[in-house]
Amino acid sequence: MPGRARGSVKRAAAAANPTAGEPPEVLIDYYRRMALIREFETRAGEMYTKAKIGGYCHLNLGEEATVVGLMAALRPTDYLFTNYRDHGYALCRGMEPGPVMAELFGRVDGVSGGRGGSMHLFDVKRRMLGGYGIVGGQLPPATGAALALTLQGEAGPDADAVMCQMGDGTTNIGAFHESLNLAAIWHLPIVYVVINNGLGMATTVEHAAGEPELYKRGCSYRIPGERADGNDVIAVREAATAMLQRARTERKPGLLETMSVRLRGHSVVDPARYRSREETAELRSRDPLPAFREQLIGAGVLDAEAAHAIDSAVERTVADAVAFADASPEPAPDELFSYAYATEVPNTPRAMPGDPVLPVGWDD
Amino acid sequence: MAEITYRQALHDALREEMTLDPSVILLGEEIGIFEGSYKITAGLLAEFGPERVRDTPIAEEGFVGAAVGAAMLGMRPVVEIMTINFSLLAIDQIVNHAAKIYGMFGGQTAVPMVIRTPGGGGQQLAATHSQNLEVWYAHVPGLKVVAPATPRDAKAMLTAAIRDDDPVIVLENLALYNTKGEVPDGEQVATIGRAQVIKPGTDITVVGYSRSAVIALDVAARFESEGVSVEVVDLASLRPLDRETICRSVSKTGRAVVLEDDWLTYGIGAEVAASIAEGAFDYLDAPVRRVAAAEIPLPYAKSLERIALPDADVLVRVINEVLDATRFTRGESR
Ligand SMILES: Cc1ncc(C[n+]2csc(CCOP(=O)(O)OP(=O)(O)O)c2C)c(N)n1
Ligand SMILES: [Mg+2]
Repeated sequence: MPGRARGSVKRAAAAANPTAGEPPEVLIDYYRRMALIREFETRAGEMYTKAKIGGYCHLNLGEEATVVGLMAALRPTDYLFTNYRDHGYALCRGMEPGPVMAELFGRVDGVSGGRGGSMHLFDVKRRMLGGYGIVGGQLPPATGAALALTLQGEAGPDADAVMCQMGDGTTNIGAFHESLNLAAIWHLPIVYVVINNGLGMATTVEHAAGEPELYKRGCSYRIPGERADGNDVIAVREAATAMLQRARTERKPGLLETMSVRLRGHSVVDPARYRSREETAELRSRDPLPAFREQLIGAGVLDAEAAHAIDSAVERTVADAVAFADASPEPAPDELFSYAYATEVPNTPRAMPGDPVLPVGWDD
Repeated sequence: MAEITYRQALHDALREEMTLDPSVILLGEEIGIFEGSYKITAGLLAEFGPERVRDTPIAEEGFVGAAVGAAMLGMRPVVEIMTINFSLLAIDQIVNHAAKIYGMFGGQTAVPMVIRTPGGGGQQLAATHSQNLEVWYAHVPGLKVVAPATPRDAKAMLTAAIRDDDPVIVLENLALYNTKGEVPDGEQVATIGRAQVIKPGTDITVVGYSRSAVIALDVAARFESEGVSVEVVDLASLRPLDRETICRSVSKTGRAVVLEDDWLTYGIGAEVAASIAEGAFDYLDAPVRRVAAAEIPLPYAKSLERIALPDADVLVRVINEVLDATRFTRGESR
């Protein structure tokens, strides 16, 4: 990105061999997850063009290393809140690709029965507490979840924490600042993660942020910030783990900024004409997935054959997910009001468009 | 049975629910050390401590949204927003989050939270501090909105709201805090979603809620001595809206007036009138009339504020107009 501020990226010293000291099976697992996200997103894009998926659909293409690194830092007992660019997070949280794809298709076997769609993935059992479509909307609830944790348990190495993901553009909205302030004064176990892909939709960070080094934006609240190379899965994991550790043991919130690229448009319908051909080519050269594959092959962790086997396996997994979604029925009309309220009370509206306000014969 | 103020009734409900259920917590500006702008939370910080009675910074979007997230993890936050005017700063969290999370995520998590906030003008607080914006929330599926008129209902409805698993907005009213009434001893839990006939009558129905229900009751008593039997329906719940109780009343009286504190156009009265027009058309002897606030940012000057707001005298006039239009003779009984 021309003119983009680049801060001191963590682990610069280890850049020569960022995977040194990591067990091979861990690295292979990270590669598998990154490949799964890549394949899932690619197929989701295709399904959108086939009108299997409606509405808005935002992909994690280019953010795979970041997503996998962040999710590797999170424990199954921690809580996650994200924005609408949430497919990869859902998959790494352990949500099955089939029900996730079915949610994108708006089918009954979707993770929320087809009520939320692409932007609103949710799985209470896996403590993935949403996917939120309003920019910044996830920050106050994530902050409140962290508040609840302080009321429900003690700080310590085994304490739960909250991770709240957002985009770079989100650091300009009021909810960001109100939330960070609350987290600071109440000593909340939460890590805010800014996925800096350089752009809101087409608006650059420099154009939108008074302090474009976004990890510094916590300084008004004395929340320590750090910037990590979002293309380095280990660097992201290490930075997030350290911040989560502080959140658990010291109840100190953190602000992590990860630097990555958005390989395609803002959403699947955006052709990104505001980018030049050269710029697009330059972005492609920063694609984290082939880079990681080559790195692992170079380090002897993988060979081309093994990498290919993983790629084929995730292709099958995602093909199965698409088939699962396609076979799943659409929600039945009589399910419309199934989740209107958690507590039923008299006179809850059940009228369909065109129905009378009171049933015929109400006064008999 | 004790006679206590509306303020005390709200306080008692909070205190009793906090005593019963450790997951009930209070959040809001100046609710602890300052004991609340209207002193509803007086004494609760001392009794329950700063973790459960939490003074927040002036950040409505932040702390209302924090209540949403805490509720998702099983707490039962009761948020005080100083007045309903400031709720606009939190409207994204109320409308786009609190109201949506249960349904949009397929019932996986409930949001058992309460927002208590007073509306109402007439205190010379000028345009930004005198609004009745309840219809903004009553419009939104996923929310419940209750509007108690009496101390008894204030206690029973707040108790019900805290125990309900959905986000409930409890509309309080600046003009009602000092009003007194009988409150039964022991636990009382209102049923959200039901209107109530608070005075039976046969000649004309007056529909109100919150302060306007109290005014309607007073006006009904005045008409009684003139031989006019006014039935007063207190909506009590703005969402869900109990249309059947309203229409049943009109099916008996054939005449209806709505008294509301909000603005006329698109107001609560518009919904009530439309419901009567459709549900009880055959019973109506006259068009439904609405008595609402003049549509102007409310001026500070007393002379202008007074005439801009609906009051008992206007209600009396409009009731008489409806009675005269239907050639009602005083003392007649249907
Ligand atoms: C409050 C609000 N305003 C505007 C939008 C429309 N919108 C959706 S995504 C987006 C850009 C967000 O950029 P960023 O936070 O950097 O996230 P990214 O999409 O890059 O992941 C905008 C303006 C919205 N969803 N919510
Ligand atoms: Mg962005």
